[in-house]
Amino acid sequence: MKQEEPNQYVKQVAEETYKYGFTTDVETEVIEKGLNEDVVRLISKMKDEPDWMLEFRLKAYRHWITMKMPTWAHLDIDEIDYQALSYYADPTKKKDGPKSLDEVDPELLDTFNKLGIPLEEQMALSGIAVDAVMDSVSVKTTFKDTLIEKGIIFCSFSEAVKEHPDLVREYMGKVVPYRDNFFAALNSAVFSDGSFVYIPKGVRCPMELSTYFRINAAHTGQFERTLIIADEDSYVSYLEGCTAPQRDENQLHAAIVEVYTHDRAEVKYSTVQNWYPGDKNGNGGIYNFVTKRGLCAGESSKISWTQVETGSAITWKYPSTILKGDNSISEFYSVAVTNNYQQADTGSKMIHLGKNTRSTIVSKGISAGKSVNSYRGLVKIAANADGARNYSQCDSLLLGDQCGAHTFPYMDIKNDSAVVEHEATTSKISEDQLFYCNQRGINTEDAVGLIVNGYAKEVLNKLPMEFAVEAQKLLSISLEGTVG
Amino acid sequence: MLEIKDLHASINGKEILKGINLNVRPGEVHAIMGPNGAGKSTMSNVLVGHPKYEVTKGTVTFNGKDLLEMAPETRSHEGLFLSFQYPVEIPGVSMVNFMRAAMNERRKYQGLEPLKAGEFLKLMREKRAFVEMDSKLVNRAVNEGFSGGEKKRNEIFQMAMLEPKLSILDETDSGLDIDALRIVADGVNKLKTPDTSTIVITHYQRLLDYIKPDVIHVLYDGRIVKSAGPELALELEEKGYDWITKEK
Repeated sequence: MKQEEPNQYVKQVAEETYKYGFTTDVETEVIEKGLNEDVVRLISKMKDEPDWMLEFRLKAYRHWITMKMPTWAHLDIDEIDYQALSYYADPTKKKDGPKSLDEVDPELLDTFNKLGIPLEEQMALSGIAVDAVMDSVSVKTTFKDTLIEKGIIFCSFSEAVKEHPDLVREYMGKVVPYRDNFFAALNSAVFSDGSFVYIPKGVRCPMELSTYFRINAAHTGQFERTLIIADEDSYVSYLEGCTAPQRDENQLHAAIVEVYTHDRAEVKYSTVQNWYPGDKNGNGGIYNFVTKRGLCAGESSKISWTQVETGSAITWKYPSTILKGDNSISEFYSVAVTNNYQQADTGSKMIHLGKNTRSTIVSKGISAGKSVNSYRGLVKIAANADGARNYSQCDSLLLGDQCGAHTFPYMDIKNDSAVVEHEATTSKISEDQLFYCNQRGINTEDAVGLIVNGYAKEVLNKLPMEFAVEAQKLLSISLEGTVG
Repeated sequence: MLEIKDLHASINGKEILKGINLNVRPGEVHAIMGPNGAGKSTMSNVLVGHPKYEVTKGTVTFNGKDLLEMAPETRSHEGLFLSFQYPVEIPGVSMVNFMRAAMNERRKYQGLEPLKAGEFLKLMREKRAFVEMDSKLVNRAVNEGFSGGEKKRNEIFQMAMLEPKLSILDETDSGLDIDALRIVADGVNKLKTPDTSTIVITHYQRLLDYIKPDVIHVLYDGRIVKSAGPELALELEEKGYDWITKEK
């Protein structure tokens, strides 16, 4: 991995309370509940979008109304009334949000403290309206200058629609067409905002680009849309998410991420997802339906997905790669933790079209409480994909005896020269292992943390450094009180 | 150091220990011998607080404190160490991380700052050399893929790291060839100080050739039925346990 060189930025952010991000201009109105063509038009108008964007949204909407929510996932979901949702929530005027930290769930605050989140961030994450608490301006400008110098575009999706319409029009929907699936169609019709990244030819992005702390974007995150384009011979590492549990009144999240790599370009996409998982009895929590897909369009290009998923009541997410360019490579490293009543159906799809394409899937599921954790993966080798290789490893770790772990690997191989390997294991943290740790002076909670982090190490190691440390803490916290 | 009075314990409702009395003073080495099923391993597990066993009667005092009241990790922090008969494998957890967690938890209990990474690694190196453990093992996950002998040596290594006041060696000799036995026993002997004590649980005389006990106890049917000097081991080796149990 090219990531190992000392990175000044990583060091810098590790010491900062604020991470690079951008602010998004937001409208102040709120749209009434329900979804119809007028709402789609209104969203587009409020965002002052060009006609082609509105056309895209309308086409998506018209397709969406012909579709039904998929039911194939191993998830038990109450029916969602899409007409009962509001499709454009104003981020700055939250009506029902807590007014101060006193009104926030003390357990949530406890978690913040354990993660060492500064007070201002805590307020922001709990949904209290915070204006410019962070010294963000200087940080932002410094980085923005560096990026502009290299010709890198990193801005909000809305901004990109206005400032870089040619790029957006060329690539949007190319990797995830609006017809792709129910949630992709919904997102394409009503997406609120998101991020746009373009790395020019031959440019190696000198810092991790991160949406980590775009406070306002966190609240408009209901239907986020991210588009990353890496031109020939370029490289970028992109971080998404937040290690602190984000309270959000939006029950439904349906995001789209599209990654496009040209010849020899490399994109490393890391996610730490810790949306509100609901309480111990399974009340509340985010429904997270994400379509993430990369297209290795160019030869020898590479896309890596790394994800640590601990939040959300329901997770439906399969970061995938289409390996179209010859010799292209893709990796998927995932840790998915479910506790209490959480449900996750997650995995990856690797579609091999080009010759000598290689992919790796390493999925580590950890289930505790009464949760259900499923791995679902597809490895497809097309007839022309000579010499394609895939290695998949799906491990499940069970804590307690009321949780469930499932593995649904699909393989579709049409070329005899393909080498496809699949390994799966299921293990449990045994009483003897915990007692062994106890005898050496390590209490049960810490022992679980130690074992879980050891189990997930292979994936955590793939995360950028400062993310990895927080993700480690997050794993332990997510599983507190599950054993003993 | 350790004072056991009329200790009764059971597992799944079945009484295994039926009134153990034992006194171990600082600097002493006690050997516990006895036939299979006598309760030797139960005794060591009860002392370190294994949750499977239930203490139904009796008291255990460790350096003046009520041992039975303490959580297993607290017993460890107070200086009690068990070298397990069957050390468990913990895949994914490196020996370094495991030992660092153990050391730092203890230091926290003692009100000390955690060791710096450099200090800790230096200590690991010293102790590893001390018990002649292969450096490769230290870089692996806890006991994962270790041979029987390597596991036992790893137990002694951890003992060297944690410097317990009282060590219980539960059939540390089982599964060891003679060379491994000598190395393990050497480690134990080198770690001994006038302030530390050892309880050696064993079936055989041969470990006692290397670790010299001050007292030998014979455990039979949940009770200590005979206590004598080191010469008892030889007699047991020769005659077996029958003559004692028949005496009862």
